Amino acid sequence: MNYYQEEMECATRESMRELQSNRLVENVRHVYDNVRCYRKMMDDKGVGPGDIKSVDDLPKLPLLSKDDLKEAYPYGLLAVPLADAVRIQSTSGTTGKRVVAFYTQGDIDLWEDCCARAIVAAGGGKDDVVHVCYGYGLFTGGPGLNGGSHRVGSLTLPMSSGNTDRQIQFMCDLDATILCCTPSYAAFLAETIIDQGFRGKIKLKAGIFGAEAWSEEMRRDIEARLGIKAYDIYGLTEVSGPGVSFECCEQTGMHVNEDHFIAEIIDPATGEVLPEGEQGELVFTCITKKAFPLLRYRTRDICVLSRKPCSCGRTLVKMSRLMGRTDDMLIIRGVNVFPSQIETVLLNCGLTPNYQILVDRVHHTDTFEVLVELTPEMFSDTIKEISTRENELVAAMRAMLGISPKVTLVAPRSLARSEGKAVRVVDKRKI
Amino acid sequence: MTIEQISVFLENKPGRLAEVTKIMGDAGVDLRAMSLADTADFGVLRLMVNDPEKTLELLRAAGCVVSVTPVLAVCIADKPGSLAEVLSVLADAGVSVEYSYASITRKKDNAYVIFRVDDNGRALEAFAKHGITAASAKDLFNGAE
Repeated sequence: MNYYQEEMECATRESMRELQSNRLVENVRHVYDNVRCYRKMMDDKGVGPGDIKSVDDLPKLPLLSKDDLKEAYPYGLLAVPLADAVRIQSTSGTTGKRVVAFYTQGDIDLWEDCCARAIVAAGGGKDDVVHVCYGYGLFTGGPGLNGGSHRVGSLTLPMSSGNTDRQIQFMCDLDATILCCTPSYAAFLAETIIDQGFRGKIKLKAGIFGAEAWSEEMRRDIEARLGIKAYDIYGLTEVSGPGVSFECCEQTGMHVNEDHFIAEIIDPATGEVLPEGEQGELVFTCITKKAFPLLRYRTRDICVLSRKPCSCGRTLVKMSRLMGRTDDMLIIRGVNVFPSQIETVLLNCGLTPNYQILVDRVHHTDTFEVLVELTPEMFSDTIKEISTRENELVAAMRAMLGISPKVTLVAPRSLARSEGKAVRVVDKRKI
Repeated sequence: MTIEQISVFLENKPGRLAEVTKIMGDAGVDLRAMSLADTADFGVLRLMVNDPEKTLELLRAAGCVVSVTPVLAVCIADKPGSLAEVLSVLADAGVSVEYSYASITRKKDNAYVIFRVDDNGRALEAFAKHGITAASAKDLFNGAE
């Protein structure tokens, strides 16, 4: 069995708890001293840094939401002097302000360590060629896996996203052995590789696929098509990036890197901590990060935690596949889409904000359709003119969202409304 | 002379065309010509009716999206080659035809053809030069001779 940092990944429960407690106490003090808005939240709740003595005291701390992050944008949660921060990453952008996260060199080191653990757990080592086609830039996917691969000592192929033909050519020519991308892109690559007759030319043995929810069925399909083992990886920019948790050879959930991030499951309605094995909202506390150390951050992801012994030997708690989200954010082809963004585009284009988003998954790829109620201004007696206006609308949505929906025009007042409230999202994906 | 054509947006759903035509039928609107252009998701129904104003009112009241477009109607002989003649007059004058459809007529041995072109003025000029008369709404609906 291969581990990247065995002493952490296979620590006894007792020593891990002790380590977590020490690190938690230290980081709570650090946050209290350096982040004004969180200090105020703690003061309002009547909790001081001295009240946090071990992980058992975690529930005493206030929960932090995405709205708190938006309010603190851009520098409100930066916990170190600018001189100590070396990197910014950002989420794919939301309704109002995007979330920017900061990193010290130490924060990047520990993030890359986490990704390195994922690569080693997927069977990676110094002799591997790691093909990274997550996007590079503000998105954490590319930089995270790139850094992890360097740490492992693998030969790193920083392909970034796009240009499928070139991806396949490099994969074949350079004998890539581990593929890192979103599961939907992996499925698309698999299909293209088979269609173009390159199946016999690839040397892939494993894939590390994350940044979007996917099903067991999709995993088996990708594995069969490419002849690889496909591993899930989880993370979020607010907490660091990919590698917050990762799958091992057992493929039955993702081990949380507990020496850096403490996971809790809460009831999303009440905020109460739920016992192990119960489904609820995942909450993370950063206990080692210094520049952007979020405490009790609500991910809005719904899942289950399990401490059942794992055959891989790791003792790190496992989180299940994501079962949903607590808010209305849709993740389509790995991109965050908020219904309100569609509304903004429609209003900007002089249309009524009557729309419906239809999301489905066909051949492992998300389909994204927006039904728009036609206005007299948009109508014409020629199809050509209507199409031109439709295309302008698609372009405006692409500019706002980063992905293009299919726009379908429907008659005015024809979209389903229940009790006066429109049904904005119909998500038929079975994940 | 141009004639007002009414266009109606139709969602691709069973029964939509029947609904729209029934509204007009019930109100006694006389339909002289129609064409239906379709895409994967919707259709555009184009109509020549005896009372455009009343039809617009009816359809708007029923929640339809409608528009009015001035188009040309030409009476041609019901024999091979006559449509080609008219079209070559338009082509020679550099007029583009966006779409065209035919109408029933009560005139014996004649047919009406509706043209939606990019430049009505230029098309009428070319017609005049070649002795082609664009029909009026009155011709289209009362031309029973």
